[in-house]
Amino acid sequence: MKKTPDELLQAEWSPAGPDWLDPTVDFEARRGSWSYPAAPKNLKYLGFPNPREWSPTDADWKLPDDWQAILHRGLEERLAKYRSLRLFLDICVRCGACADKCHFFLGSGDPKNMPVLRAELLRSVYRKDFTTAGKLLGGLAGARALTPEVLKEWYYYFYQCTECRRCSVFCPYGIDTAEITMAARELLNLVGLNINWVMEPVANCHRTGNHLGIQPHTFKDNIEFLCDELADATGIRIAPSINRKGAELLFVVPSADYFADPGIYTFMGYLLLFEQLGLDYTLSAYVSEGGNFGLFTSHETIKRLNYKMYAEAKRLGVKWILGGECGHMWRVVHQYMDTLNGPADFLEDPVSPITGTRFDHAASTRMVHICEFTADLLQHGKLKLDKSRNDHLRLTFHDSCNPARAVGLLEEPRQVIRGVCNHFFEMPENTIREQTFCCGGGAGLGNDENMEMRMRGGLPRGSAVAHVRDTHGVNQLACICAIDRATLPALVEYWAPGVEVTGVHELVGNALVMEGETPRTSDLRGRPMLVPAEASHV
Amino acid sequence: MRVLVALLAVLALVVVGWAGAGLPWVTGIVVPGVAFAVFVVGFVVRVIRWGRSPVPFNITSVAGQQASLPWIDRSPLDSPKNGFEAALRVAADVLLFRPLFRNTRTKRGHDRHPVYVPERLLWAAALVFHYALLVVILRHLRFFLEPPPPLVGAIDWWDGFFQLTTPVLYMTDVLLVAALVFLLGRRLVDRGLRYLSLPADYFPLFLLLGVALSGLYMRHLGKVDLIAVKELALGLATFQPRVPAGLDAAVFVHLVLVSVLVAYIPWSKLMHMGGIFLSPTRTLANDSRRRRHVNPWNPQVAVHTYAEWEDEFRDKLVAAGYPLDTAPAAAPAATSAPSSESVHA
Repeated sequence: MKKTPDELLQAEWSPAGPDWLDPTVDFEARRGSWSYPAAPKNLKYLGFPNPREWSPTDADWKLPDDWQAILHRGLEERLAKYRSLRLFLDICVRCGACADKCHFFLGSGDPKNMPVLRAELLRSVYRKDFTTAGKLLGGLAGARALTPEVLKEWYYYFYQCTECRRCSVFCPYGIDTAEITMAARELLNLVGLNINWVMEPVANCHRTGNHLGIQPHTFKDNIEFLCDELADATGIRIAPSINRKGAELLFVVPSADYFADPGIYTFMGYLLLFEQLGLDYTLSAYVSEGGNFGLFTSHETIKRLNYKMYAEAKRLGVKWILGGECGHMWRVVHQYMDTLNGPADFLEDPVSPITGTRFDHAASTRMVHICEFTADLLQHGKLKLDKSRNDHLRLTFHDSCNPARAVGLLEEPRQVIRGVCNHFFEMPENTIREQTFCCGGGAGLGNDENMEMRMRGGLPRGSAVAHVRDTHGVNQLACICAIDRATLPALVEYWAPGVEVTGVHELVGNALVMEGETPRTSDLRGRPMLVPAEASHV
Repeated sequence: MRVLVALLAVLALVVVGWAGAGLPWVTGIVVPGVAFAVFVVGFVVRVIRWGRSPVPFNITSVAGQQASLPWIDRSPLDSPKNGFEAALRVAADVLLFRPLFRNTRTKRGHDRHPVYVPERLLWAAALVFHYALLVVILRHLRFFLEPPPPLVGAIDWWDGFFQLTTPVLYMTDVLLVAALVFLLGRRLVDRGLRYLSLPADYFPLFLLLGVALSGLYMRHLGKVDLIAVKELALGLATFQPRVPAGLDAAVFVHLVLVSVLVAYIPWSKLMHMGGIFLSPTRTLANDSRRRRHVNPWNPQVAVHTYAEWEDEFRDKLVAAGYPLDTAPAAAPAATSAPSSESVHA
């Protein structure tokens, strides 16, 4: 990342330049703000159209001959399938309430990142093709023909939206840009305009069971490695079962939790918790992914990948499913899974085997969030904890977009954090809970070639973190999302140096007093804990 | 340019109305009649078209704590637990404009870092405009109903409470014009809004201003013959059209502007008045794990089944000591092609 934070802060929010109806995007000049196209092998494997080698900087994008007809039919079909799309294209009054709510607009000042204009990119074509005013009046009515330039502009801006849905909270009609972006990406997929950071995880997940393409033997190795680390850190040897039939629960996590720092410490936290509880659970190598990049591809792809979760729960004969800390996974589980792959009539009502609490809010889907599960344990005093073991950490909490705005999971993680930590400080109110800002790398945009745009989009979050770092000495940014854990480290390094990123259950793992553990002087990452005498002065 | 187009269009309509005074049957009877028919048919067609597109997923836009564990305070309006609470949410959105009340403006603070300050002017202006318009429409019922219902009389009395000028100046007339001027000014002054605004954004504002100003003119300056206006209006309302003598040209200007406004609704963003009741992110409860939402077109898709996965990775699964569904000897050769098997809804 060549540009400095000061340079990025110079972006102006007062748009100037050519009329927005002009679609020109200079991809060469805008390197750092777009993602590489999907490799043909991934499209071929999944049976997606028009696999080929190409680059956005090419003049010729090698589209199918009848691409305009394909897109016209595609839009027509989606207008008939989604009330959201048709309605949202019709009723926007362009009041501008959403304009400065998008992290990408605030970081870039690019007016087409105002949610209203992002939608207008598609809406203008809808007007031209499907409305009387647009057909008669053309540009005067804000209508545009679907030219190759417009299509290129779509590629740029619809892969520059993280589907975080912050704008929809402020819209007087609930217009959700994520619905527009999802429809636009489905259209782009029809003519082979996809990004590899989405399609490779989708292809991997379809084949191996997880986005990273980790095969079952390596999955097992990784988990055994983490168990070795845990044995070193706590003196307790844990051997979680994998693909075991007859377990009470199936536990599903995002793959980054057993693959990469800092997610692995969150995973260690889960294992310690379940060990201490004596929970009868199993992992699955076939469902070694909670995340679902289908959400960033198409509704059909969501279903293809999500299918495995219920199928595996049925095969293993578990009673219900417990899900780990992941953001967009929970949008899929909460809002799509039951509809697409349910009903889950082969599972039982989710009841905590430890407290007896019935999770009625998940009575149909029969899948419970780990923070709901752990908050319930804490409420019933089922955990022996030493909160001072987290006294070297001063925390703030980043609400991930999807748990916040799709699920409404706001207090559960806070109850867990307060239950296991003494030093917790909230970021400013317009940057948390339902108004939380995206990490800038969701929806498949968390790749390296898009780093400038990620840092631009990360500005609102980064500023808020730097604020609590400076006012409260915060040194840990907690989150419940694997994409966050992958993208926020780069973001805080850039915008709020001195802050580290942690999962919530890593904190649980630190504080949990295990039976038979060796005395713990360092946390799960090997950082020294404050000794009790020191802790009392903090 | 886009402002000018919209302004000129409205001015042209004023001229049409003024000239139309010479053809009172056309301007006074046919135009309003056709406009009303276009409005009704167009509105219904539009709503039916929305209604025919299903809501395949529960995509509630959640803006508050979900109903999960009993000791956690939840937000019934921002995360409705059931249909009743969702209806309350829509009612609060429609009647109080709650999402706009939440609005903030992002400013540059320390070292140009963003800070967020409450911005409720748009909320206030929008609320004032819509309620003032509602009152104005209700007041107009006295032209269409004989005798006017008591409610209209009461509104009339309160609206003219301050008894300024003769005839009495209605507060809502002032507020309506003030709100419209603010909404128009905001679009012109705010660079971002000006950048994104279309003629279709200015046109309804000019049109409404034209309607309001022509109305004010007739009441306070032109002092038109209200008996004649009422006769015309009653004729329209009872489908017994007649054109009384003594109608001022301003009446026809007002009528044409109102007619165009009404007929324009189904073809424009003014349809938000119907759409707000159908918006899937707000009308649905956040209960998608509690109750299954059914998708009428739940797609059939190609999946990768466990059996195929086990076959593909069999050697590695065996080597790693995984429990298997199919014993190695009985298994077919491994394949790496994706499945064509479909799952059904």
